[in-house]
Amino acid sequence: MSEKQYKLVTCKINGKERSAMVDVRASLTDMLRNDYSLTSVKKGCEVGECGACAVIIDGECYNSCIYLAIWADGKEIETLEGLTGENGELNDIQQAFVDETAIQCGFCSPGFIMEAESILRTGEIYTDEELRKLLSGHLCRCTGYDNILRAVKKAMNERNGKK
Amino acid sequence: MYDIKALYEAKSVENAIELMKEHPEAKIIAGGSDVLIKIREGKMAGCELVSIYGLDELRGVSMAEDGTLRIGSLTSFSHITKDPLIKKYIGVLGEAVDMVGGPQIRAIGTIGGNTCNGVTSADSASTLLAWDAIVELNGPEGVRTLPLEEFYLGPGKVDLKSAELQTALLIPKESYENCAGFYIKYGMRNAMEIATTGCSVNVRLSSDKKTLERLRIGFGVAGPVPRRARKTEEEFKGASLEAGLPEKIGDAVLKDVEPRDSWRASKDMRLHLCSTMTERAFIEAVSRCGGEIPEKA
Repeated sequence: MSEKQYKLVTCKINGKERSAMVDVRASLTDMLRNDYSLTSVKKGCEVGECGACAVIIDGECYNSCIYLAIWADGKEIETLEGLTGENGELNDIQQAFVDETAIQCGFCSPGFIMEAESILRTGEIYTDEELRKLLSGHLCRCTGYDNILRAVKKAMNERNGKK
Repeated sequence: MYDIKALYEAKSVENAIELMKEHPEAKIIAGGSDVLIKIREGKMAGCELVSIYGLDELRGVSMAEDGTLRIGSLTSFSHITKDPLIKKYIGVLGEAVDMVGGPQIRAIGTIGGNTCNGVTSADSASTLLAWDAIVELNGPEGVRTLPLEEFYLGPGKVDLKSAELQTALLIPKESYENCAGFYIKYGMRNAMEIATTGCSVNVRLSSDKKTLERLRIGFGVAGPVPRRARKTEEEFKGASLEAGLPEKIGDAVLKDVEPRDSWRASKDMRLHLCSTMTERAFIEAVSRCGGEIPEKA
C-alpha cells in the first residue's frame, strides 16, 4: 500500500472533546504533540522504557509512545497540561516537585507527575517501598530519585490530610 | 510514526479472522509492547498489522458454571493483578504478572501476547503452565483448545495456525481447587527487567496437611520454552512433609531442566537458580496451603 491511511480519532483530551484525522502509523505521543501541541508529552526512548511520555488514559497511566494513536478513539486522555489551573497554577504534585527540588533538567518530570497523579487518585497511603515500585517505570538521570520520592510522598500525605 | 505498511482494525473476533485470511502476511497486534518495539528496532519494519486491541470482548476474568476460570486474552497484567477472582483462586498469577516490566507496561501488556510471543522468560508463562492452563483458539475452522504446554512449539513459536487468534486462557476448577502457589523471579534489577530464570510452584496437601497430594513446578528460562518439572512432580507425589523435603525437591529438578549459557547468565548459574528457587517457592507454597515443614532435628 503506497497511499497513506488515516482514521478519524475522537477522544476527550484534558476534559475537552477533540477530533482529528490521524495517520494510522502515529503513536499517541505523535498525536498529542503534533495535532494538539501538548508538548509536556516527551519523546524519550520511544520504546516504552523511560516513561517520559506517560499520560493517563481512562484513569490508568500508559506510555503514549507505545500506544497507537488510533486506539485513543473514544478514550479519555489526560496530560500534564490538564493538571495545571486556568492561569497556569501548579497542582499539588507539581508544587511538591518544586518544593522538594525533585526537578533538575525536567525532562522526566511530566511523566513522573502523571504517574504520581494516577497513584494518588487511588486515595491510598503507600509505604516508601510501594511508592518506589509504583514509580519504577520512569527513568531520571539527574536527581537520583530520592527527591522525587519525597515529593510524591509529600503530596500523598497532604491529600490524605496527614502532615 | 511507526514503519507500518498497513493497519487493519478488527471489529470482532470473526472480523479479525476474516482480516487475517484476507491479509495472510499481517501480524496481530494486541497491546503492542512487543510488536511496536520490534517495528521500532527495524525487525518488523514495514509490516502489515491486524489490531485486536479494540476487542473489549476479549478482556476480563470470569468464571464458568463448572468453575473454570476464564481469562480473556487481552486482559492486561495490571487488571489481572487487581481482579477479585484471580486474587481469590490463583493469587500467584496476579503476583507473577505484577513483576512484568514496570507499571505502564503492565497497563498495556496482555496475557495473550505474553503467551503468543512464545518467549521462555514470560513472567506469566511458568505460573500458567504450573496451573495447567488451557489455551482457547479461534480460527477459520472454529474454536479449539489445547494445553498451554502443547501450545509452545519452540523459541518464539507457538501453535497458532494461519488466521488463528488466541481468545482466552482457561484454568479448570480441578487445577486450582485447594491449591496454593508461589512465584519467584530472579532478575538483575527489580523493575523493567527480563527474568534470568523464573520458577512457579504450587501444591495441594492432604486434609491433615501432612502429605503432598500434588506438586506442580513451572520454569521460565530453564529451556527453549517454558517447561514443567514432570519427573520431579511424579517422584514427590504423595511424599510426606518432612524435614529436608524442599532440598530434595530442589535437587531433583536438575534432571528436568536444561538451561543454557546466555549473556544474561551462565548455565551453571541458572541450574543453581532452578534448584534454589524451587526449594524456596515450595516452602512458601506449602505454607500458603496451610502446611508446615518441620525443622531439621
